[in-house]
Formats: sequence, C-alpha cells, structure tokens
Amino acid sequence: MIRAFVVALLFTMCAAGARAQALVADLSSHLIAITTGFSGTELLLFGATEGEGDVVVIVRGPDGDTTVRRKSRVAGIWINRDELRFSGAPSFYRLAASRPLADFLPNALRQRHQIGVDFLRIQPTRQLNSEETAAFRAGMIRNKETLKLYDKEVGRVSFLGNRLFRTRILFPANVPTGNYTVEVLLVRDGQVIAAQTTPMFVSKVGVGADIYDFAHDYAALYGIIAILFAVGAGWGAGVVFRK
Amino acid sequence: MLVYLPIAEISVDILVLLLLGGTVGFLSGLFGVGGGFLMTPLLIFVGVPAAIAVGSEAAQIVAASVSGVIAHMRRGNVDFKMGSVILAGGVTGSTLGVELFKILQRLGQIDLAISLAFVVVLGSIGMLMLVESARTLQRNAQSRKSGGPRTRMRLHEHNWIHGLPLKMRFPRSKLYISAIAPFAIGAFVGVLAALMGVGGGFIMVPAMIYLLGMPTSVVIGTSLFQIIFVTANVTFLQAWLNHTVDIFLALLLLVGGVVGAQFGARLGARLRGEQLRGLLAILVLSVAGKLLFDLVALPDDLYSIAGGKAAGH
Repeated sequence: MIRAFVVALLFTMCAAGARAQALVADLSSHLIAITTGFSGTELLLFGATEGEGDVVVIVRGPDGDTTVRRKSRVAGIWINRDELRFSGAPSFYRLAASRPLADFLPNALRQRHQIGVDFLRIQPTRQLNSEETAAFRAGMIRNKETLKLYDKEVGRVSFLGNRLFRTRILFPANVPTGNYTVEVLLVRDGQVIAAQTTPMFVSKVGVGADIYDFAHDYAALYGIIAILFAVGAGWGAGVVFRK
Repeated sequence: MLVYLPIAEISVDILVLLLLGGTVGFLSGLFGVGGGFLMTPLLIFVGVPAAIAVGSEAAQIVAASVSGVIAHMRRGNVDFKMGSVILAGGVTGSTLGVELFKILQRLGQIDLAISLAFVVVLGSIGMLMLVESARTLQRNAQSRKSGGPRTRMRLHEHNWIHGLPLKMRFPRSKLYISAIAPFAIGAFVGVLAALMGVGGGFIMVPAMIYLLGMPTSVVIGTSLFQIIFVTANVTFLQAWLNHTVDIFLALLLLVGGVVGAQFGARLGARLRGEQLRGLLAILVLSVAGKLLFDLVALPDDLYSIAGGKAAGH
C-alpha cells in the first residue's frame, strides 16, 4: 500500500516535471465503500506544484435540497412551526489549505470558488426577509456541522519541501453516498494559477447495499420478505425455547 | 463493535442493540407484556430515527408474537372468531395509521406525534396501573388484618356496549355481543400500532376484559393472534410506503429479546403480581416522563434539518 503511494507520488512528480504542469494531485482512493462494519475512513490527497503558491482543497458531496425547520413553543411544547427549503447545499463539505485562508485568499475569490461554508451558494426556494433567511441558513449549517457533514475547521495541507504537498481528509460514518468532487486550487498573489478537479465516489457495497437497494426498488416485496423473515425467526425462537 | 444499519443508514454499536433487546426482552418476560411500548422510545433515546424505530419494531413484534402465540394455540387459548373481528378492525386502523404516519412525516411532525402518543398512552396506562396496584396492596393488607375473604370485583357487567346492533355469537368466549365493539377497539389499537410501533397488547388486554367481558383465559392468546397480523400489516405498509423497516435492526433486537425473555419469565414466576405491576407502572411512567421532558425542555437547537442522520455512536 505505502509502496504504491510512493510509486504513484514519484510518478505524478515525473509527470508534472515532464509536462511542466503547475499543479498535479491525486487521492489515495477514488472510492469509499460503505460496508456493514463501516465506521468512517480517511483519504490521503497528495500532489505537486510548480513554483510558489498556496494550495486549497475543497471536498464537496452531491448537492441537494435541504429542508430546515424551526421549533417554537406551542402550549408548552416545542413544535416544528416554520420551514425553509434550500437548494444547492452540498451534502458534505470539507476544506483544507496550506495557510490560514485570510492570509492569501481575497473574498471575491472565495465567493467565486465557494471556499468556506459561508461562501456556499445556497439558495432559498422561497422568499423570506433577509434576516429570517440568514437565520435558517445558519441553522442549517450548524446542524450539518453537528452531524459532521460540514466542518468550520480548515484542514492542513502540509508541504514536503516546496513542491510536494499532502493532506488527510476524514469521512465520518454517516458520510452521504453519491458522486463527490475534490477540487485542488493553486493560489498565487490572490489569483488561481491552476486548478484540478478529481472525482470521488461514496457508495454502499456488500449485503447492506443490496438490502438498501432491494428495499427501495422492490419495496412491496421487501415488506413481504420482512414479514416471512420475522415469522420464521419467531417460530424458530418458539421452538428452540419450548419446554 | 459498530454495525451499519442498511435502512436506517447509521452506525450503531451492536452490543448496545443486543443489550437493549435483552433488557426489554427480560422486562417483557418478567411482566408478561409485549415490550414494544418500551423498545420504540429506547431506540429513539439511543439515536435511531423515530420513523425507523417504529417500522422496525413492528417487524420485531411480529416475530415475538409468533413465538408467543404457539404456546397459547397448543393450549387452545385463542378465540379465533373474536380475534378475526378485532383483526378486521386492526387492519383497517393500522392501514389508516400508516397513511397518517406518511402525512405527518411529510409535514415534519412525525417525531412530535410519536412522542406525544407515547406520553399520553404510557402516562395514562402507567397511572392506572400504579393506582390499581397500590389499591390491591392496600386491600390485601386490610383483608389480612381482618382475616376476611378478599372481595372480588365483578369483571363482566352489562353496559352500553350490549345495546349496539350487529350482534354476533362468540362460542369460545361465551359471549353474544355486537361485532362493532371489538371492531372499533381493534381499529383504535391498529392506529396506535402503526404510529407507535407497538403491538398494543397493553391496551387490547384490558379492553377485552373490561369492555368486552372476555374470559381471562383466552385474552392473551387472542390478543397475540391478532397482533401478529396487525403488526405484519404495519410492517408491510411501512416497508412499502415509507421505507422505514430495517430488517437487520429488527433481527438484532429479536435475538436479544428472545434470550432476555427467558430469564425474565423465570424471575417473574417468583415475584408477586401486584408488586410486579407496581414496578412496571413506575418504569412506564419514567419513560413517559423522559419523553415529556424532551418535548417541554428548551431544545439544544431550535433549527433542525429534515432527514438529518447522526454520526456513529
């Protein structure tokens, strides 16, 4: 495994040198397989740069609609009262950089490349006044952070020498499935010099995945099988423990 | 050891689930109750989404009731005719219940509805049981003092139910009553079964004894008989319409439950009935209290996102 990384790393370096690309990067794996024993995983992103600059890594899960609800107190009980739907929110978001973002990234650039949760282009599907919208948006981001789907902390991209860089990306147990993009930017003097986007996939594999697919694609049949299974298990238990 | 639940889409410690199944199984064996009304709230407490807890618990109750009914059938303690009338109501009620569940889920109110239903049902049942067992203990103490015979309440009295039309004969229960009453009871419990992921035996059994006047010998067998089909209907509809049945979760709970029930039943045989009922009442009330507290206390965050799944525990 490690030898493979080193070979890959050398290979990318050579390739970078040969073609004089400003930026090359790759992931230790392009597939995260959620198996029955899955409890989160870590990927290594590594690469090389040509010349000076800072590196920013943006990991995004598939975009989707998110409904945010707000509770208010009704007759002493906290009840979901208001809701607002947002579109364009990534299901997963991580950021890593070689230096504190404020030191080298102008806000215009962060806006354009959606760098940082506050710069994500998330649109409400319904018009509310800006205060309300901002409160719902903040509520959504807070919730996603609690669920470890977003992270306010910016990960560290570390340089080895002045050309090779690497960073670790942590994926929690509840990482959403789908097509991810890993965007690597090389920034110099407030400008993006080079960019590379690498795809990555998170999917369920094995028995768990088969059960999930079956339960959604053949829901009625799954229901019948679940009943037969339960009846069988109950019968078996009754027989085993009969006195 | 973490295990990934395929439908719930969360990782849960397998030992927590086995322990939970074992504890509830132990209590259900000890008190002679189904345990669904404890399992669903406990699953919610450990972080299983409420909808998944309800759907999967229905599947587990099918299994538990099947193993329970075999013994009663062998002894002939099942009134199939009465069971079928209650069942007709139960299927109607649970089908409506699953539809209601679906609507509430879309409105974002399902968690609230489940918690409220548990608070109301567990709260009132717990209170009734506590009062009843306190009264029995008191009465026993008095009769022991005076040395007189225990006064028994008459179980079966003629009430308004006997005025209803559509009368049917139920030979096994030695009853001639309107079919509307068992149907209505079945329907009411069916709605609760679908919404709360319970079998509803804790409502069905007293209703059969006090409202319908069935002989106690056939009550539990008949109740279990109809619970199998009502919870099977709930399992099917929840799986089909709401995708909330995690068979893997149900299996893990069942394994723990079956083993726990054996130990519970053995201990239960050595304890006194009214003390047991008092203990169960306190347990039921504490679960209701915890749920009520969660509804009333200021939440950690007023904002929540739909379908938010927690990271592994």
